[in-house]
Amino acid sequence: MNYIDFSLKVVGTRPIRPDGVDKVTGRAVFAADTRASGMLWGKILRSPHAHANIVSIDTTKAAALKGVFAVVTGQDFPEIASEEAFVGEGPMNFRDLSLNCMARTKVLYEGHALAAVAASTQEIADQALALIDVTYEVLPHVIDVEEAMAPGAPVLHADMFTAGVTPKPETASNISKVVTFKKGDIDAGFAEAEVIVEGRYTTQPVHQAYIEPHACLATYAPDGQVQIHSSSQGHFMIRAYVAKLLGMSISNIRVNPAEIGGGFGGKTLVYLEPVAVTLSKKSGRSVKMQMTREDVFRASGPTSGAAMTVKIGAKKDGTIVAAQQVLKFQAGAFAGSPIGPGCMCGFAMYDLPNVDVVGYDVVSNRPKVAAYRAPGAPITSFAVESLMDELAIKLGIDALTLREKNAAKNGTKTHYGPVHQNIGFTAVLDAVKAHPHWKSPLKEGHGRGLATGFWFNIGGESSAQVHVNEDGTVTAATGSPDIGGSRASIGMMVAEVLGVPATTVRTIVADTASIGFTFLTGGSRVTFATGMAATQAAEKVVEDLKRRAAQTWDIPVDAVEWKDGAAYPAGSNAGAFEPLDLAALALKAGRTGGPILAEVSINAQGAGPGFGAHICDVSVDKETGHVKIERYTAIQDVGKAIHPSYVEGQIQGGAAQGIGWALSEEYIYNSKGLMENAGFLDYRVPVASDMPMIEAVLVEVPNPRHPFGARGVGEVPIVPPMAAIANAIRSATGLRMPDLPMSPPKVRAALDAAG
Amino acid sequence: MAKTYVSATINGESAEFLCETQQTLLDVLRDVIGLTGSKEGCGSGDCGACSVIVDDRLVCSCLMLGVEAEGKSITTIEGIANGDTLHPIQQKFLEYAALQCGFCTPGLIVATKALLDENPNPTETEARYWLAGNLCRCTGYDKVIRAVMDVAADMRGEKVA
Ligand code: FES
Ligand code: FES
Repeated sequence: MNYIDFSLKVVGTRPIRPDGVDKVTGRAVFAADTRASGMLWGKILRSPHAHANIVSIDTTKAAALKGVFAVVTGQDFPEIASEEAFVGEGPMNFRDLSLNCMARTKVLYEGHALAAVAASTQEIADQALALIDVTYEVLPHVIDVEEAMAPGAPVLHADMFTAGVTPKPETASNISKVVTFKKGDIDAGFAEAEVIVEGRYTTQPVHQAYIEPHACLATYAPDGQVQIHSSSQGHFMIRAYVAKLLGMSISNIRVNPAEIGGGFGGKTLVYLEPVAVTLSKKSGRSVKMQMTREDVFRASGPTSGAAMTVKIGAKKDGTIVAAQQVLKFQAGAFAGSPIGPGCMCGFAMYDLPNVDVVGYDVVSNRPKVAAYRAPGAPITSFAVESLMDELAIKLGIDALTLREKNAAKNGTKTHYGPVHQNIGFTAVLDAVKAHPHWKSPLKEGHGRGLATGFWFNIGGESSAQVHVNEDGTVTAATGSPDIGGSRASIGMMVAEVLGVPATTVRTIVADTASIGFTFLTGGSRVTFATGMAATQAAEKVVEDLKRRAAQTWDIPVDAVEWKDGAAYPAGSNAGAFEPLDLAALALKAGRTGGPILAEVSINAQGAGPGFGAHICDVSVDKETGHVKIERYTAIQDVGKAIHPSYVEGQIQGGAAQGIGWALSEEYIYNSKGLMENAGFLDYRVPVASDMPMIEAVLVEVPNPRHPFGARGVGEVPIVPPMAAIANAIRSATGLRMPDLPMSPPKVRAALDAAG
Repeated sequence: MAKTYVSATINGESAEFLCETQQTLLDVLRDVIGLTGSKEGCGSGDCGACSVIVDDRLVCSCLMLGVEAEGKSITTIEGIANGDTLHPIQQKFLEYAALQCGFCTPGLIVATKALLDENPNPTETEARYWLAGNLCRCTGYDKVIRAVMDVAADMRGEKVA
């Protein structure tokens, strides 16, 4: 059913979230808060080198230490064949993931795991790690993406032959693949252009920097049954990866979703769980593991850094006739950067006749990248939206007008194939035009920037159950970890369908043995896909309740109507009966067919793509090069905001992460290929005093494929900030900053160079 | 190594525990006493997830040793509510949706309590600088700061427009 044109009582309001009290009182149980009787502590030995062969590992002394119950190395893990995995978000290969969790013959980055211990205390585990003797043969390393592509660069994988080029290369390289997207005739397009702009841009890898480090608790029982408590974006993902990497059957593994302290894409892989299970199997005890913050930086995430060139040709009136992009994305130590979406998203906001995009996926001696909020899109959009600003300046056209002129609309065919349907980009641009921020005069010394962004959003497999309890209250269970308030939005959709207040419905996240398969929380899919499953489950419950009322009254089902949380006779012909509400029907459940519940499992299609536009005012301190965000407005088509506060929160949080990416965050390496800033002191994420208020403006162009019109909202807001800020700096200073982060030393150097 | 006997007051109740000399107060709270509301986000004093109040001072419990708690009075997130009545700061965080994942939330609430104990009438800038030691990666701080400013006004007996 579709409720888009209904007058809604619950959806669109702002109730307190079901898990809220637990989270403000310290009761919520995150993975590191779990315990098991007889539990050991697991710790990992990590490579101190950027690139080295493992000549030998001697664990004798560590194993002999009192209090040590297990020591494992690569030899304790099965060899896994190369096979593409479609378990997490973004590309991954099972063999690579296994090697990433535990190196076998070679370490590929500083922080790469190569052995692990389980001991009775953390201190003993640390001592045991220090007693493991490793002989390394240190190899030349490469960090920078373009250096890694150059002939003669140290090669990480002897079996990596670039895919996507013909003929197949004869020598191994660090380029795992080349992808191309073409539309129209790029040469003819540029020949037609009256104005051409070009630019080269670079971005640095940035970490998702969730505040909760990865953690898990694993128990391997003698009958082969495995229990895992872990913090992840998908407990079914954990189950699938552990089964595959350890050669176990899925039915032997049960994963309990702990509360998750942020993920942003970074918790769509496994790092610790296969190791913890192996240590538990070897020691016969439960094993708890948690990463330190240093481990998180050195060995998990981040997203790609990139080097990019863009070229755009336009007519004098601003009509773009040709757009070209070359993207070189770092994948980290194993293949699989978000180069695909990187190639698709940069130009997805525009209706362009001739497009040519080439992307390279490149390995180097860095941690394997993980998904990060709209993977690939912020990087590519920084380049495109910066150059769009240059084009507007060169043409003497206002930045908004240029975008309006070329905006993608319903029916626009993208350069990567699909035709945009039911999109709200022009509504977003209209909202920019109408917004007081855009219309306000610029303050003395300030600069203003505008940038836009796109993300696909996804649907996929989800399961949801709705139970009517014996007293008429409701439990909604789903398989989607709640990372930012999705229990609230799912409960609200169920409440709306049942016609009860939001507080009547408790939403829980069920473990892998208690609900049908559900794809992970990522791609902005939960409110869309799991919300759709929950809505359908609630509708099935309503049908069942109507049937039970009809049975009670002895009238036909279609003479029963459901409204405001109760069954009513539909009109006077149906007879005169007192309405039966949930509590009354629950009381009679035993006599009308037993317990009342419905489970729906679906593969949701039709996630509406999302578009956003950010307006940013900055001032630049000419002495220090410090850029201050003076005012920030983020406008986005959200389809329908189920719980507007959490929708705004997604937009504000995404914008803040983009601001960090733009101004301060980066991985810094020394000449040995070692990360120099693996901590929050030196890797600078935005703090409260760095930030202004962020005004989130919700544009609602309903997505007809969702019962309430919702679109994913979590990813789009990280796409525009970098270019919005770069464009604002350009407006304030006249300087184009093509390299991220636009940190004080870089801005100061640019100011100095400009005199 | 022999453990040290420590006697302190935790959330208004007397507490005694044995701890290793190198154990942090955070480890003692979480692993010895079982108060897991204080979180470890960094272990180096940079994220504030482990914030507690020690004798009226806001402290990163990951930077203080368990043995240093001797004779001190410690308030953790578990001691902020009054029985089953939420503290106004907790209530306001809920109303404003000032949390998403909730991992930073215990630290932010403890830090806000310390702020308002010391300065019941902070400006937005003062609140932002006071809370600059508490990282939140989810919210962008907007709703957090709004909740803090509003609860401060409430606790002063004013109503914010
Ligand atoms: S854990 Fe203490 S400040 Fe981060
Ligand atoms: S709510 Fe997730 S870190 Fe603050």
